[in-house]
Amino acid sequence: MSKKYEYVPEQPLVQGNHTFSSITSLIGDIVERPTPMWWYIAFGVSNLLLAMLLGMIAYLVWEGTGIWGLNNPVGWGWAIINFVWWVGIGHAGTLISAILFLFRQGWRTAINRFAEAMTIFAVMCAGIFPAIHVGRIWVVYWMFPIPNQMQMWPNFNSPLLWDVFAVSTYFTVSLLFWYVGLVPDFATLRDRVKSKFGRIIYGFFALGWTGGNRQWQHYEKSYLILAGLATPLVLSVHTIVSFDFAVSIIPGWHTTIFPPYFVAGAIFSGFAMVMTLMIIARKIYGLEDIMTINHIEKMNMIILVTGTMVGFAYVMEFFIAWYGGVEYEKFAFINRAIGPYAWAYWLMFLCNVFSPQFFWSKRIRRSVTASFILSIVVNIGMWFERFVITVTSLAQDFLPGSWGYYSPTWVDVLTYVGTFGLFFTNFLLFLRFMPMVAIAEIKMVMPQADPHYYDENGDEPVLTDKFAKKPDVNA
Amino acid sequence: MAQLYPEWANKAPRSILLGLILTILAVILGFWYYGSPKHLEVGYAPVQPIDYSHKLHAGILGIDCQYCHTSVTVSAVASVPSTQTCMNCHSQIQLDSEKLEPLRESWETGKSIEWVHIHRLPDYTYFNHSAHVNVGIGCASCHGRVDRMEVVMQVEPLSMGWCLDCHNNPEPHIRPVQEITNMAWAPDENQFEFARMVIEKKNLNPPIYCNACHR
Repeated sequence: MSKKYEYVPEQPLVQGNHTFSSITSLIGDIVERPTPMWWYIAFGVSNLLLAMLLGMIAYLVWEGTGIWGLNNPVGWGWAIINFVWWVGIGHAGTLISAILFLFRQGWRTAINRFAEAMTIFAVMCAGIFPAIHVGRIWVVYWMFPIPNQMQMWPNFNSPLLWDVFAVSTYFTVSLLFWYVGLVPDFATLRDRVKSKFGRIIYGFFALGWTGGNRQWQHYEKSYLILAGLATPLVLSVHTIVSFDFAVSIIPGWHTTIFPPYFVAGAIFSGFAMVMTLMIIARKIYGLEDIMTINHIEKMNMIILVTGTMVGFAYVMEFFIAWYGGVEYEKFAFINRAIGPYAWAYWLMFLCNVFSPQFFWSKRIRRSVTASFILSIVVNIGMWFERFVITVTSLAQDFLPGSWGYYSPTWVDVLTYVGTFGLFFTNFLLFLRFMPMVAIAEIKMVMPQADPHYYDENGDEPVLTDKFAKKPDVNA
Repeated sequence: MAQLYPEWANKAPRSILLGLILTILAVILGFWYYGSPKHLEVGYAPVQPIDYSHKLHAGILGIDCQYCHTSVTVSAVASVPSTQTCMNCHSQIQLDSEKLEPLRESWETGKSIEWVHIHRLPDYTYFNHSAHVNVGIGCASCHGRVDRMEVVMQVEPLSMGWCLDCHNNPEPHIRPVQEITNMAWAPDENQFEFARMVIEKKNLNPPIYCNACHR
């Protein structure tokens, strides 16, 4: 009973003793500086990959889906795997921007702009696959309820149709949310950039923002409403994606655990992707004071939690297959573990369940190198999770006579690689021309934003905190 | 610093949004109306190699449709008559008509007359005349009053929606089988009861699943 608990204050979210104006310059200068050489090189490579993607799509439209590796038992291949993978990655952005906002998690402001951009570009990459997989892409508008002379109407019983609506709603809300948050920062850039052209462009998107009191009131209200709208989407979109599988009657797909399991997996992979991108960006742009090691640690905790949830789901699937007593279900899972795709299953298990367990160690959680490597491992694992789910259940289904083995063709591979071209082309444009951290929001979580920060004489406090650095004389 | 944008720019976002919504609506409705077979195909009346008048033959002279379109009750296609069918009569009448020169040429050379196909369905659609005619769907239900046409013209859209209208609600179109070629047939007052009786007796169940026509 005599043990004493000491209050450990949260470490400041923005370190390096910045002032409001030094934060503005830190982020605004990225856009205003001349374009660095590495950016042109990276953009060129991304453009080549994007061109390859367009080439693959053109070839697909010309030739038909026969150029993919699909065969008779396995009618779903890389297209849906890539779709689910990219959509899943997007979920971290929405979780960071909406749910963490509603829970007043101040640390989100350092990465939310960045993660939302990732969401939007990832959903773009995802959206390509359902659109091109239909074979006759010129009638893709049949997926939408548009009046037509055939009296043909989408099949509202089909989860594939729910997907169309879920993903398009998701994209729209994410885009609006992102844009509303960007308006004050566009105004900041409008007032800072030197060129007339830049002022006109940023001024256009700033919608005449002046930073007045009433504008801030409207802004905060609309941001809160959009956060409320986006919150259910974090859960619903991947739930509906999981219905693509769960509503069918294929053993291994037809399970009620799919929605929560998919959502956890989506957040897991999304945080890993944010981590990968963030570690590169903070290094290149010198944003270590904003995206601190504490942020990395917090994200690693989420990766650990969601990764373990995913692992729990993997084990639970086996338990239910045994406990449910359905012969086909049992076979489907035993076949995953020791069948022809066992290599993919154990690769998935290793990457998704074992690799995040390193994050129990505080030292590894706070290591940039380890975080970077593990974040990539997690995303490889999550790709294989979708591969295992999609392919193993189809390749060996009810009739042994029709069993087969699926291998992708070079077109499958190049199309997938090409989506990275689309993603990074967009992302590099974002890094170059938009404020990659929410300038206005980050100021609200700075220690200086606290009214009690300054002492009674209006001076800066004496730095006794062990975490605070000495002010940089050169800043 | 001078204002970047004039005052009217305040209203621009709203106008752009409204304009965008209206444009999308206009495109959808435009395609729906102007792109539909109802607009594009009804009224198609091409010039035929011989200036043949259905009004004269089927209307004034009263020749039954099946005299020429012989296979309509037994086959998927109604069949276009061969030169021989025309020559049944025209070997004896209108022997020196200039209009019939291509017919006589076909008779002598053995080369078929190339009539222009009017009522065309897409290749991926399977349609069977006999299935319809034998349960009491008359020629006029789909082809209109051919007995009044100098030049045959498509009067119905033949679109999938138009097919489904009847497959969902066949009652107004069912007539006694002996009346199928009667162009002037009109439903009685008790048409609904009669149609219900036929539907029940023949156990009619017009399919509306994809596979019925897209085999």
